[in-house]
This record gives sequence, C-alpha cells and structure tokens, in this order.
Amino acid sequence: MPEQLKKTSQSRKTETPAVESSTSSAATSSTSKNLTAELDSLLDEIDEVLESNAEEFVKSYVQKGGQ
Amino acid sequence: MATPKVCGIETEYGIIFKGGDVNPITASSIIVNAYSQGKDDLVGWDYIDEHPGNDARGYSLDDYLFPEYESQLVNTVLTNGARYYVDHAHPEISTPECRNALEAVLFDRAGEEIIRSSMQLANEGLPEHSEIVIYKNNSDGKGNSYGCHENYLVSRQTPFSQIAQQITTHFVTRQIFCGAGKVGAEHRGLSGKGANQPAFQISQRADFFEEEIGLETTLKRPIVNTRDEPHCDPTKYRRLHVIAGDANMSEVATLLKLGTTSIVLAMIEDDAFPEHLIIKDPVHAIRQVSHDTSLSACIMMSDGRMLSALQVQLEILEAAIQYANRYGLDSVDDSVGNDVLVRWAGVLDGLETDPLLVANIVDWIAKKRIVDGFAQRHNLQIDDARLKAIDLQYHDMRVDKCLALRAGLVELCAKPDVMTAMVKPPESTRAFFRGTVLQRWPNDVIAANWDSVVFDIPNQGLKRVPMPEPLRGTRQMVGDVLASSRNPAELIENLGSKF
Repeated sequence: MPEQLKKTSQSRKTETPAVESSTSSAATSSTSKNLTAELDSLLDEIDEVLESNAEEFVKSYVQKGGQ
Repeated sequence: MATPKVCGIETEYGIIFKGGDVNPITASSIIVNAYSQGKDDLVGWDYIDEHPGNDARGYSLDDYLFPEYESQLVNTVLTNGARYYVDHAHPEISTPECRNALEAVLFDRAGEEIIRSSMQLANEGLPEHSEIVIYKNNSDGKGNSYGCHENYLVSRQTPFSQIAQQITTHFVTRQIFCGAGKVGAEHRGLSGKGANQPAFQISQRADFFEEEIGLETTLKRPIVNTRDEPHCDPTKYRRLHVIAGDANMSEVATLLKLGTTSIVLAMIEDDAFPEHLIIKDPVHAIRQVSHDTSLSACIMMSDGRMLSALQVQLEILEAAIQYANRYGLDSVDDSVGNDVLVRWAGVLDGLETDPLLVANIVDWIAKKRIVDGFAQRHNLQIDDARLKAIDLQYHDMRVDKCLALRAGLVELCAKPDVMTAMVKPPESTRAFFRGTVLQRWPNDVIAANWDSVVFDIPNQGLKRVPMPEPLRGTRQMVGDVLASSRNPAELIENLGSKF
C-alpha cells in the first residue's frame, strides 16, 4: 500500500495528536487566505468573460433531452 | 479474481446555435461533419457503403435550411478508436476502450479537444454573426437532461442483482466528489411541489432519476441501467452501462469517478463489498445527497443506520483498502488503482475538513465557490440569472469563455499527450487494432464497430475481423503483425488466431 494511504488509514483509527491538529489548522488558515486572494482575481476575470446578457443567455439555453 | 476493468466514457454535449434558426440535430451534424471534412481516414460506423467524411462538405447557409441530416451520415470512427456521432440532438463522443481510469481521462480530454477543434472548424464556415457553441454539461436547467455515461467490463458470472444493489450505494454517494454542481433544481423538491428547492446542488443529473433499476435512458431514468449489450463475448462479459453520473470538467474528478467505480466493481465481483452497506431508498437518497451541500444530511441504510454520504464513502474506502491488501489491484491496473486509493482518501479527507480545500479537484465545489463569490461581490439574490449563467458557462467549451478553465483545477494530462490521443488509439485494448487499421488503410476499411472491423479486400470481397475480446488486438499482441503486413489482405492472413 502506498505510504500516504497508510498514514491516512492510520489517522482515521487513532486520536489525532493535539500538536498535529494545531499545525493542520494553521496550514488550513494560510491556505484559506491564498484561496481568498486567488478567488478575487478569478472573480475579476469572470466579470470580464461572463456572457453580457445573462438573462437572455440563460433563457435561450434550451436543449432537447438526451439519454 | 475480478475481470480487468476495461472502461470508457460517452459524453453527449449540450449545443446551441447563435444567430440563426437551426435545429440542434443539424447543428450537431455540422459539428461532426466539420471535423470529418478533409480527413480521409475516418470511416463509417456499423454499416456499409458510407463515408461520412464525404458528406456535407462545403456546406453553405442553404444547407442549414434542410430539415435534418440523416443521423447515420454523421456517425464516424476516429483513428484514436473513438466513435463520434450525433445522438438525440447532441454531438456525442465515445472514448475508445481504455485499460484503466487514467487512460480514460486522457481520451476524455482528447474528446474535449476534438469538440473544440470541430467547433472552430464549423464556425469558420458559418455566416457572420452565427456561431455554434458547445457545453460539456448534463442539464439545461429547464427539465432537459443529456448524459455522460461510463462503461465498465464486468464478469457475466457475477449475478446482476448483486452488482445492481451494491453499486447503487456507490452511485448515490460518489456524487460528493464527482458531482459537477448545478444552480437550482429541476425536481419538485424532497418535501412536495416547489418546497425546499436548493439554490445550488451537488449533481447535474440527480434530479432526473426516478427508478432504482431499469432499461430506460431517456425517460424515468434508473440509477442502474440494465442495457445488456456487451459489445464483446456475451458468454463471458457484461458491459455495465452507467448513466448516473455527471460530465466532469475536472480531470481528477473524472479519474476518481472511473477509478473508484472500477475498484468497487472489482470488489463486488470478488464478493468483497460490505454486505450491510445498502441504501434503503436510493431514488430518494440520490437527490437528498445532491441537494445537501453541507454534506451533513443522513440517508437511511437497509440495516437501519443513518449515515451521511461522506460516512458511506469512508466505509467503502476502508473496505477498498482492505480489498487492495488482500486481492491486489491488478484488475484496475495496480499503479493507477493505488493512485486512485490515495486520491480517494485525500478527497474525502478534504471534504470532511473543509470542502474549499478540494476546490481544485471537485467540480461542484469549484463552481459553488465562483457562484457564491460572485453573488457576494455583486450582492445578488440567489435567483439572479447571472448565477445560472456562471453555471452554464463553467462548461462552455470555448477556451476564451470556459469558466472551469479559470477555476484553478488540477491537470493530470500533458497537452502533447492529449494531442496524440486525438489521433492515436490506446495501446492496451482492442481499440489499438481498430485505430491503427483506420489510420493505415482508411480506404479498405468500410465499417467498424466496437467488436468488429470490416475490410473490403480486392478479389475477395468483404472480410470481417471479429474482436470479441476487449484485451486482444493490443499493440503487444498485433503490433508486429500490423507493422509487417503490407496491405489488409496480408494482415488478415497474418492475423491467424490473434483475436
């Protein structure tokens, strides 16, 4: 079994040590900040590329049913 | 020992024609023909005396006034072993048979590029202000759905009832990592008409399933489809035709969808799926799971336990890890199988910890993040058309419009490999034979199908090469024969009992 999986499998069965938990939440918080910054620039881009007449676009998007 | 999990994906794409009154069958035909145009190595599917590449070339606006193309005229086999055709008013690509889930991801990606190339070629020939746009999604938001189907090789010996009951548990719950996300709902809600409609749900398709099991694919869709059309030796195999999945934009989601399902099917064949892990009311549960983006709703199991989809998945994963230790993962290709197990554990861990951590691999989370962020930034109500537009445009196949391409999704396939997979078949299934003969002798192959190729041999007439075994006709088995044969007559003579 791959090493990563052994760890995952074990961590589910044992109590997570407190120190590991705090490291992990610090990492999560830092990841969240990066995600927020990245989302801002993504939304800037979406403001530019989103179909200009959204209402008409959504209304006219009609498909025949398939399988 | 489980049957090797040969697999593939069929995707029906959404299509719109802008700037003209053209019906979707015609628009789809224009798309498929645009790709065939100028390629003389494409061959008709399943019938004789047709050459789709020769049809509808050099169309003009007048062509669009014709009511409909014969759909059989736009039914081609590509040199990568795939089938490209018009089905139910949608362009559809079936990948060639692949030996493992990762290979299927590559050929699904190749399918996307074939669609992009077709769209570009078709639009170059359209009048100004007209444009065909294609979407890799499964719902128009108005009650119409079109599918992304998966196919898996399974043993005929395993009772179908066992496969159906056990795989249903996976189909209902796997959505949490392979759902493509949808703004709104197309089902009357869990508590009666109009009640509890979710603003956003996990799956594109879940609203459309009304039966646990059945033969239908267009009405009263069943979670487990019973179509028994193996396209190979029917005494040994079945082809499990899966209609309960979303088309994914995320490559990792596609890998997880096919990879975990392959492993679960292998477990079922080896009688290693946890017997107690059966959902009491799957039709209710599939929508319940889809409508619950908090991942906290509990579904009732047949043993009376109430479990969340995530808990069910964790139990399946645990059983899969034990299965891998005991039986190995040769049936799904060992290295791919182990990679899938690691990613499976990782995605469940992310979903449990903070779903945003897996926004780079799970489509519904990537989409929801954009929808929520956009709504917040512009202070929008949940029914604002711009949010539905984001949903649709996430799946837009135009590179300059596609939102999924901007969402930071992890890529698995290198671009050069995708380009190669557009024209060359996988090497480790019978698709290798199909694709290679099409490439070498397009004028001598008059028809091809999943399980046969028909050659027109001078002075001998039509010769059909049957391919009942999906794992014969590989490069290893016929590569030398193909390379040393100067023409199809020699090939057929040299093939002997290779199939």
